[in-house]
Formats: sequence, structure tokens, C-alpha cells
Amino acid sequence: MSELHLTIDRIKCDGRGLCAELLPELIHLDDWGYPIIAPVPIPNQLAPHAQRAVASCPVLALALKRTIRSK
Amino acid sequence: MSNLRLLAGPDLSSGAEAFADHNSRLGASPVGGRELIDTLTRSGMTGRGGASFPVGHKWQSVAASKRSAVVIANGAEGEPQSRKDRLLMTTRPHLVLDGAFLAARTLRAKQVVIYVGDQHQAAWAAMARALAERPEPERSLARMAAAPHRYVAGESSAAVHLVDSGVATPITTPPHPRDRGVAGAPTLVQNVETLAHVALIARYGDAWFRSAGRRGAIGTLLVTLAGAVKRPGVVEVEAGTTIEEALAIAGGISEPSTAVLLGGYFGAWVKASNASELPLDAAALHAQGLSLGCGVVGVHPASRCGVCDTARIMRYLATESSAQCGPCFFGLRALSDACSRVAERGTNREDIARLKRWSVEVQGRGACKHPDGAVIFLRSALNTFSDEFAAHPAHWRQQPA
Repeated sequence: MSELHLTIDRIKCDGRGLCAELLPELIHLDDWGYPIIAPVPIPNQLAPHAQRAVASCPVLALALKRTIRSK
Repeated sequence: MSNLRLLAGPDLSSGAEAFADHNSRLGASPVGGRELIDTLTRSGMTGRGGASFPVGHKWQSVAASKRSAVVIANGAEGEPQSRKDRLLMTTRPHLVLDGAFLAARTLRAKQVVIYVGDQHQAAWAAMARALAERPEPERSLARMAAAPHRYVAGESSAAVHLVDSGVATPITTPPHPRDRGVAGAPTLVQNVETLAHVALIARYGDAWFRSAGRRGAIGTLLVTLAGAVKRPGVVEVEAGTTIEEALAIAGGISEPSTAVLLGGYFGAWVKASNASELPLDAAALHAQGLSLGCGVVGVHPASRCGVCDTARIMRYLATESSAQCGPCFFGLRALSDACSRVAERGTNREDIARLKRWSVEVQGRGACKHPDGAVIFLRSALNTFSDEFAAHPAHWRQQPA
């Protein structure tokens, strides 16, 4: 079965913080405004919100990655 | 008894061994080829630059690509306490070059870059001279490149970035340099000590490599002994030698010690009482949650304050951030400031709580491992010097640097 994860290009990320606004269930900001992503696969019901967060990132730092998980 | 391998041969004080002397002592280098990769895999050798990555595996990945490769011999040695790469390049440059050209022929590389710290003048001169002694086509395959005097310049993607565009800052991985490095070509970035071992393994085989080593460890390694040591400097020891045994080679410690900084600024503090029995072996240390790093053993004298020295090193690591990733640039700066406040004005509960929280939050959130190394170092300080951090007086300014 496959899992959906959020990945972030740390060099591109500027700390605009839109992702944490759009997906507070999985993303919160550190004391300097940079995202901390919960280290869990994205639950199905949050997938559309995760996609919206990715699409809204103004510097294209956020991405969704599907990984195949055995067992 | 002599266990010297890399440092065997003429006295180190006589400087760089000439190509003719090197060849008459060791015989000419073998050609290399696919079977060398299998030999390296069987040898079990891991990289000596700090990450201890299995060498055979790395070569295999580079060889798997259809494209011709690039080889970077990494002698940036940005770790402030480390001296071993410089010593090796200054005294045994042809071992390093043998390893680099073995890699080049095995991986069908069109380009070899000798990447040396621009402040390591003796090492640079020795490598440049040694390169000029090599025959064609080796000489025209290789060129020298200067690593700027920055901590992160030795990181493998930073080395690739420098060769590509003259900027020695890390880039986002994956792709790793071994898959896609210089100009998109698969790139072997290998520490100079590792390449020197390759030069000997290619001559004598993997069983020979494994014949050295103690307590289940394999091979020999170069270790830099620094701090409160009678004769600080570089020694070659069998892997698995304990810290106490390595220090004994250097005449032992020069004054009472409370702690050892193992692995350099990217390593960890260990209480002196726990450190003496630790084996100098990447795998064994890893199993204990520690890291050999690039093989630095820094003996911290009891006369110095661990909190103040931690604050100084955190200041350095914060300054050495390449300022590309927010959590590293802002996080290390904030951690360094909090650490300095504790050192300068004395312990306060808020800053201790911040140090603990941020040192966990920052980890894993940079393009390279710079923030990770810094916070692992800091967390080890909070553990090893827990009493000192809990009740630190306001005395930073009184301490000599």
C-alpha cells in the first residue's frame, strides 16, 4: 500500500507560513515562522487540504510524495 | 610493534614522499576496475570524512550509472580540531592520488578534483606538487580546487556545488552527489584518508585490510588528539583501540580532565570517566548513540568550564551556518544566544528550557546535516555538563578563550 507524505525543500522555504494556516492538523510553525511537519503519513481525509497547502506555497518549497510501503 | 599503514614509511617530519620513493616502497598502483568495487565491499571499510558511509556501496551507486563519473578527493577538513587530512596530504600525497585515480579508472571518470582547504597551505602545496609528478593521462585528468575556509565547505553536496558554480554551500538532497553531482554526472565525493586506504586495499586486498583491528573492529584509522594531551597531534591506530590507549600513544593527558569531545564540533561530549574505555570504531560508537565523526578526540581539561566552551562552540557553529535554511540560520543563532546568556549571566530557567526545546525542534530541518550536528552536540553538553548548566555562575568574561 502507498502512503502520502509532505516534503519540504528547506533551502527554498522562506517561512511565509501559509501551509500552517491551511493544514494546522499536520503543520505548525517554530518560533521563527518555519514549518514543523508532523512525521506521519497524511490521513486520507486531510489529503485535499494537503494538496491545497502544496499549491499555495508561494516559493514551491512544499511537495507531496507518495511512497510505497511494504506490509 | 608497528600497526602503521597510511603513515608507514619515511619519517613524517621529512615532508611529502616523492612519487618515485612512494612507488619503490609500495610498488606501482594497480589499475583498478569492477573487481575493486567488490574488494572494497568485502573489506567493510566505511568513509573517514565523518559520515562513515560504506565505501563499496558508494562506489557501486556511482558505477551503476551509464554516465561517466566525476571523482572529488575531499581534503577540505573544515573541522577546527581535525588535523589528520592535512597531515596525510602533506606527507603521503601519492596514497591519496593513487586512491583518487583508482576511483577514476574504476568509475570511468572524466574528471578528478582535488578539493583542499584554501587555508591549508602546506597540504595544498604538497598535493599540487604530487599531482605534477604523476604521469599522463593522470595529470591532465585532475585539477586542484580550493575549499573556502567554512565549516560546511567539506559537506559533499557543498563540494559538488563549488566545482559546479564556485559556491561551497550545501544543496538540497536527494539527488545525492553519487547519483547526480557535478554537472549532473554521478559524483564520488570521498575523503582523502578513505582514498589512501583504497590505495592500499587495491594493492593488498580486503583480507589484509581486515587483518588489522581490535575488539571486532576492522582496519586502521587516523585520529586527531587535541586539548589537554601531552603530545597533541595525529596518530594512526587500529580500529577498536580505546580512547585511553590512543591517548597513551600521545603521552597521556596533560592535566585532569572532566570530559572528552568525541568527533569534533559535530560530535558529542562524553564524561571522561565513560570515555576512556570507548573504542575508536564507527560502528561500535554508533551502537552507543555516539559518533566517531572525522576521528577527533578533544580532551577537555577540568580547569575549563564546559558551559562556557559549549557556548563558544555554539557561537562558532551558528556563524558557520550557510544561512540557506531558516531553522538552521535562525535556530542555531537563537540557541547560541541562549547558551551565551547562560554562560555570561548565569543559569536562568527560561533559557535552559529554550535550549532543551529548540535543540529537539531544529533537528532534521536543514538541507544538510549542519543543524543536526550542532543540536546533537548541544544536547550532549546539556547531559554531560548537566550540573554545570543547572547552576552556572556569571563568569564567562573571566575565562581565557
